Amino acid sequence: MRGTGSRAAEHVTATHCPYCALQCGMSLVTGTGGVEVRARDFPTNRGGMCRKGWTSARLLNGERLTVPLIRREPGGLLEPATFDEALAAAATFIRTAQRTFGRDAVGVFGGGGLTNEKCYALGKFARVALRTKAIDYNGRFCMSSAAAAAQRAFGVDRGLPFPLADLARASLIVLVGSNLAETMPPAMQWLSHQRESGGALIVIDPRRTGTAEAADLHLQPLPGTDLVLATGLLHLLIAGGGVDEQYVETRTTGFDDVRGIAAAWWPARVERATGVPAAALQRAARMLLGAPTAMILTARGAEQHAHGTDTALAWINLALARGLPGRRHSGYGTLTGQGNGQGGREHGQKADQLPGYRKLANPADRAHIARVWGIDPGDLPGPGPSAYELLDALGRDVRVLVVAGSNPVVSAPNAAHVEDRLRGLDALIVCDVVRSETAALADVVFPVTQWAEESGTMTNLEGRVLLRRQAVAPPPQVHSDLEVIAALARRLGVSRGFPTEPREVFTELRAASAGGLADYAGITWERIEAEDGVFWPCPHTDHPGTPRMFTDSFPTPDGRARFHPAEPAVSTEEPDEDYPLWLVTGRLLAHYQSGAQTRRIAELASSPGPFVEVHPVVASALELADGDLARLASRRGSAQLTVRVVDTIRPDTIFAPFHWGGAMRANTLTDPTLDPVSRMPAFKACAVRLSKLEAG
Amino acid sequence: MRRQVVVAGHGLAGTRFVEKLCGETGAAEKYEVTVLGYETRGGYNRVLLTEVLAGSRAEGDVFLHTPRWYADRGVTVRAGVRVVAIDRNRSAVFCDDGTLIGYDHLVLATGSSPMLPPIRGLRRGDQLLPGCFAFRTLADCAALVAAAGQAKRAVVVGGGVLGLEAARGLAERGIRVVVVHRPEFLMNNQLDAEAATVLRRVLQDMGTACHVATGASAVEGDGWVAGVRLSDRFVLDCELLVFSCGTRPNVQLAAAASLATGRGVLVDDALRSITDPRILAIGDCAEHRGQVYGLALPALEQAAVAAATVAHGGPPVPYSGSRPVIRLKADGIDLAAMGDSCDDPHETGDDAAEVVKFVDPVRGTYKKLVIRNGRLTGAVMFGDVGTVGTVTVAYDRQTALPPDRLHLLFGGSGERPRGGDPAALPDDALVCLCNSVPAADIRACVARGARSVADVAGRTRATTGCGTCRGSVAALLAAGCAAEEETMRYAKAG
Repeated sequence: MRGTGSRAAEHVTATHCPYCALQCGMSLVTGTGGVEVRARDFPTNRGGMCRKGWTSARLLNGERLTVPLIRREPGGLLEPATFDEALAAAATFIRTAQRTFGRDAVGVFGGGGLTNEKCYALGKFARVALRTKAIDYNGRFCMSSAAAAAQRAFGVDRGLPFPLADLARASLIVLVGSNLAETMPPAMQWLSHQRESGGALIVIDPRRTGTAEAADLHLQPLPGTDLVLATGLLHLLIAGGGVDEQYVETRTTGFDDVRGIAAAWWPARVERATGVPAAALQRAARMLLGAPTAMILTARGAEQHAHGTDTALAWINLALARGLPGRRHSGYGTLTGQGNGQGGREHGQKADQLPGYRKLANPADRAHIARVWGIDPGDLPGPGPSAYELLDALGRDVRVLVVAGSNPVVSAPNAAHVEDRLRGLDALIVCDVVRSETAALADVVFPVTQWAEESGTMTNLEGRVLLRRQAVAPPPQVHSDLEVIAALARRLGVSRGFPTEPREVFTELRAASAGGLADYAGITWERIEAEDGVFWPCPHTDHPGTPRMFTDSFPTPDGRARFHPAEPAVSTEEPDEDYPLWLVTGRLLAHYQSGAQTRRIAELASSPGPFVEVHPVVASALELADGDLARLASRRGSAQLTVRVVDTIRPDTIFAPFHWGGAMRANTLTDPTLDPVSRMPAFKACAVRLSKLEAG
Repeated sequence: MRRQVVVAGHGLAGTRFVEKLCGETGAAEKYEVTVLGYETRGGYNRVLLTEVLAGSRAEGDVFLHTPRWYADRGVTVRAGVRVVAIDRNRSAVFCDDGTLIGYDHLVLATGSSPMLPPIRGLRRGDQLLPGCFAFRTLADCAALVAAAGQAKRAVVVGGGVLGLEAARGLAERGIRVVVVHRPEFLMNNQLDAEAATVLRRVLQDMGTACHVATGASAVEGDGWVAGVRLSDRFVLDCELLVFSCGTRPNVQLAAAASLATGRGVLVDDALRSITDPRILAIGDCAEHRGQVYGLALPALEQAAVAAATVAHGGPPVPYSGSRPVIRLKADGIDLAAMGDSCDDPHETGDDAAEVVKFVDPVRGTYKKLVIRNGRLTGAVMFGDVGTVGTVTVAYDRQTALPPDRLHLLFGGSGERPRGGDPAALPDDALVCLCNSVPAADIRACVARGARSVADVAGRTRATTGCGTCRGSVAALLAAGCAAEEETMRYAKAG
């Protein structure tokens, strides 16, 4: 089923799921009284979907924003307004702040769920209409560590440098800090095929998740110690003669320094730092040594640390030593989380980047983009602060913030502080589909179109550019983000350069990305439709696209991949007498990110959660039972969650999903210490205290 | 003006010190670092030598950093050069190549030397009888490996950790090895008699005999070792004789410079000599609060403390000692010992201690936890030790132990078996994770007439995600249908 077609009164639109980076192909059927989701055969999900996808049509007629809202006086309520009133109010806030405090006093906070066109337009809006350096986005909280690592090692960051289906052909897959079975369920089919063909799976996670249940070997390390584990595996790989010397010699540089670090991490030392028995580590190393082809895939569990970039680099080092990247059915990849987490990081909403992965600090890159945008390169602002630094500076450096496609009140680390900073703004302007926790704090809210109400491109976790198609008309007073951006730019005196037709924006994006690392120049909507998506880089229209990267060389100056010494480190906040447990956070199958969408769908909202997972030995020591209400406290704040006693977690660690706000907000507790390179906060490990509030 | 930092000794401790000091911001502008080591090939990880001996690691894979690594950090390495004297008045060290190097900070990381028993026939002048080896340096290791090619029988004198590792290493090369140990039982510094008996039995089963409570009294042989005579006059014939009888901290330099020494160089909580704060001592040659560890991990910890002392005048928190964990590394043997693992608190009348033990001598398993005030103060984990990581973490971090001690003794190896009968799944087990469908819902579906996987999918969405559960759904369906038919038959018969 491809394109649009009709059967009797039905109208079938081939599109993709609104949620995660897998972007499952789906069909939306209209004309039968409502909107119905049907299976669609697409190369990544082959007709399968999780319950989020199956229930997604309920987003369209559920609880959503339908009119612009304005808070007419401080402390007052958000009240309905016309689009013009909202635009006028927003423009006044922006002009006043910039006149008084300078251009950088207005910031923009974007999202990894926005279409490529919106990401591009938002970045351009910040640099051309606002001329502010203060723009970043929630992708910084997602896979930025792996992105930084891949850029350093390979010269480019594309989540998976091979099609997802290649997973089925790998002899061994090592999943580090990924709970694919819950975060991207239909992708599990590839692991299932892989195991059916005799492949083996190693899962590394402090919890025995559904994904770990499917593994042949599950390593259950202390939170934040994946870097040590990778170094220990490299140690054993070297000892076992498993280094692909020819590959290292001809395709890489820098191995000697990494070899020296690995020599200092023998299994017994790794065991003490990670809690993983030396014998289990040796078992994993033997599996890696015996596998003709292997993939190492990291996700948030490994990456969301103050040493997340080094952790990803350590796993890349292991992959390079084994000679995996660029070889058939082998390699390193990161499993991107957000819907457009890949495209979202390529097109200029990142603090230091311009479209096509170009750099704001690079004069040639600035000149190229300035030419496409018809401005003087000197008028482009410089690199700005990273996401948490931007949020932390609200009310001080940044007085007005424009938020699009993000809900930082729930998803940012140290969220109580971030909420406080948002309240400290002169004005908060939010574009959203629903009244999220962040929208509820806003002074101006623009209701915007959602996935099936508009068209646009997304780039999935494989680097495959996809097309989402409009299936239904939006409510009358709802505009697309592109329209809001264009109208706001016009009010600020920039009347040209902000088209509102997604296809027109995409054409400009192709020109802007041309010659860059993420080159979309040869990708057209027609080709996406005809070819089930096109993999970038695709520099011209008769280029086939690039499903598999690095087969001959790496996009580095010398064409070689680079080993980077990653000195083992552990988490920034270790448990102590006051806060004796580790907290790890993560996602549940029924919810997506801050839960703003999924919590509004009855079937999903009725599934278990929020809760805190506690090992029986901790539960018995604290006299906690299933269903009791517990208080979790960290150095930053506290939350209240229902206890779930499970023996699948380490006894020194508790787990809480982060999809909820208010008293159940896990991110009130999390540590905002930043990675020195990626500026990723240390979401995945912090020290907490648990106590009983009341019996359930 | 850069401060002169001289490091005497280029083992693990000296290397780690340089790593940590050079990792400080602006280190290259602040310090001029010189590392001196008598071994000619630069810093390596001594811990890995038993693997080289066993043939499971190449000799070249023990080195820590390349010459370029040091050059990039402006560190001067003088391999094969030994410090022979410290002149504290002139703040300089004399080297055996005739040079004099001034210092602002001198770090002694001179390590330790193997002790050799004073027995007849071992020495020929200042050399050992050919075929006799101490096992300490990379050069010792290389010579031993070379000699092992010709040997069929070896005796290792000393049944401590290193001796047993050497014995197993030689055995892996196909050599028949006997261990001779003077104390009553093996690894007597770490194990109690019962654990040592289990270990001895395991070694015996692997082909390595251990003679305990007997020492070597004389070496036999002329020109090459032919055997060793034991204190009970028994003679063991061998072509290789390896001594692993403990080590002695190298403190001669310090003592000659009138620094206070005990067994090691006496240091304070910042690892400065208690006599001269410009001189620090780390690793095997240091004695801190009465402890000389002689182990790699404490040496690494001390190196980091010393680097902080040089850089900032002291560590963020005073060094209060390390928590050593002894790990016996040999093929087929998995043993960890930590803390007060060798004594039996009940025998010593220590009623405050709680001891939890599991012993299975036939399967070669011995697990023991010593707990005081709810914290782990000692442990032995030997044999099937899937929980060794958990125990080590509990000991290291001194976390309050939960009332249930069993999870520390028994637990998963991480290996996950495949298979299992899906039809036997409990009702609340999720069959289709993607769509949160428990077994109960599928059974209910069958009871209400579903007869195919498609029927079940239509009613529950099971199998419409990743599809991995198709087999389980089919099995539940088959079991349910069979049960239905059974009921029907009874119904008809009745």
